[in-house]
Amino acid sequence: MNLETATHPEGLRRVAIDPISRVEGHGKVTLLLDEDDHVQQVRLHIVEFRGFEKFIQGRPYWEVPVMVQRLCGICPVSHHLAASKALDQIVGAHKLTPTADKLRRLMHYGQILQSHALHFFHLSSPDLLFGFDSEVAKRNIVGVAAAYPEVARQGVLLRKYGQEVIRHTAGKRVHGTGSVPGGVNKNLSLAERDELLKDIYQIIGWSRDAVHMARHLFEQNLEQYNAFGRFRAHTLNLIRADGAMDLYHGGLRARDMDGKTLFDHLDYNHYWEHILEEVKPWSYMKFPFLRELGSELGWYRVGPLTRVTQCDFIPTPLAERERQEFMAFDGGSATGATLAYHWARMIEMLHAAEAIKELLHDADLQGDELVVKGERQERGIGMIEAPRGTLIHHYRVDENDQVVRANLIVSTTHNNQAMNEAVRQVARQYLDGRKLTEGLLNHIEVAIRAFDPCLSCATHALGKMPLQLELLDAEGREIDRMTRDAPCSAGAPPAS
Amino acid sequence: MNEAGGAPALLVIGIGNPSRGDDALGPLLIERLETLRLPDVELLTDFQLQVEYALDLRGRGQVVFVDASLEAPAPFTFNPVVAVADASYSSHELSPGAVLHAYEKLFGEPPPAFVLAIRGEAFELGDDLSATARANLEAALAFMSQRFSDTLP
Repeated sequence: MNLETATHPEGLRRVAIDPISRVEGHGKVTLLLDEDDHVQQVRLHIVEFRGFEKFIQGRPYWEVPVMVQRLCGICPVSHHLAASKALDQIVGAHKLTPTADKLRRLMHYGQILQSHALHFFHLSSPDLLFGFDSEVAKRNIVGVAAAYPEVARQGVLLRKYGQEVIRHTAGKRVHGTGSVPGGVNKNLSLAERDELLKDIYQIIGWSRDAVHMARHLFEQNLEQYNAFGRFRAHTLNLIRADGAMDLYHGGLRARDMDGKTLFDHLDYNHYWEHILEEVKPWSYMKFPFLRELGSELGWYRVGPLTRVTQCDFIPTPLAERERQEFMAFDGGSATGATLAYHWARMIEMLHAAEAIKELLHDADLQGDELVVKGERQERGIGMIEAPRGTLIHHYRVDENDQVVRANLIVSTTHNNQAMNEAVRQVARQYLDGRKLTEGLLNHIEVAIRAFDPCLSCATHALGKMPLQLELLDAEGREIDRMTRDAPCSAGAPPAS
Repeated sequence: MNEAGGAPALLVIGIGNPSRGDDALGPLLIERLETLRLPDVELLTDFQLQVEYALDLRGRGQVVFVDASLEAPAPFTFNPVVAVADASYSSHELSPGAVLHAYEKLFGEPPPAFVLAIRGEAFELGDDLSATARANLEAALAFMSQRFSDTLP
């Protein structure tokens, strides 16, 4: 039984976890249970609706890299950079100057560092350190600060360092303007460089400690961590031409759940020929899938666990050593474990810290050639590996410089079905046939948090969402229903 | 940094999303305060508060959190806030009290802090500031200018 839709929902008992804590935006999980508490249906819903793509339409294209930062308070820089990459194509900038390319990379690694630190230390470590069904009053960062003050302190300072990298490269701490179509609008001064260099070795050390902490937690609870919410999935990520992890730019690599390559080094300007999106009436969030495999079987997983396991190597030494140990650990068991997302995330945080160090020693960051332009184009696609996974921005701009179409596929949307699978697996493993408690329900949330979902920017355009209204009587029985369905997109460029 | 080489005595943090109608009240107040060029004052804006803001509170004489509110009576309220370990700890967005509590855990007693809650009405994506909120913003700006006038040259 796949648990997406109960065969006979009538008469089942409904339990909602609403809202899910420690995720951005508003998510909701509904469980339908029969009279013996057996789980018959599990769904992760997205409650908040933002309609951001519609909001972008009609704006002058040069405003977009700044506007899209308002999509999300957690990863604004990822949207800033993905939009800039798309608009590079609009202004005909197919190869940026070394200064612009490296400044943007530095900004991006700052974003990866701060986002991963926030997620691991503040949102997930309470579950991991105290236990999934530990005392709820203690299961938060305050509890961590009391029991493990040094861990909490390092988490705050790692996050702060990432924010400082962003401030120096984007020009401001938030709503930065550093990246513009065709390049950047400032370089990194020597004073700014020296300020960041001062602490980077400490940051690398703490990041390495965090990898070891994540590994230690996995080892300590090996059987549980290996099995918890485990499912098999296809994967999708960007990859550098030589197979290295590259979080800023690359070609698309997709592999099936047996490791067979479906496509590799694919030019992302043609993503829409390979990635389609399905709409389901019970969720505002779309369900992307690989066209080659179809909507039923073609869903996939993105993010740190995919990137760490599907790259050929990580191009910084300490993170690469940790990746090799991760891949070899327990015969490779961690590579498919939902809770190994945390370990992989910390390996990426270490990589980001090392990459920041390397970039800070590169004199190109002080260069003066900031922007290039070329032949104007109508359509631009930008893709980046954001902290939570692959992020796509796709725009069409008319002759008046206005955005006339926009399509955004964010990391959390890519992981929509994968998160649902993890939640259903946990429901089978922990909830089925048992009386529900807060601790048991938190297991569901632990599975969702492993993906670090950012739900507020994951919903899609105004006018395209399917609506389903259900009228229930006092006993919870459905007495009326109204549905407006939307078809899945079918092989056409969404922004053309 | 102030003339003595330390952090400016007054920190004002405006919270909100400039693209969500009256949610822009916090950042807009900061924009208006920037034009006054107040000495010994640092002005920051963000979509939401997170734990690292505890680090920004170090060495301050006072801190003011400015946010739009659907609950505050118009035009605004200005109240002290104390450290509290509330439920916002488990989210991506901390309350001002939770930031103060994080400060307390890391560094000890936090500086005196206040919340300026400016009444807003509409928070939809793409909305402009409502007329009511615009009037409330002016009232809040006048209040801030008067209250902190001893920082003016």
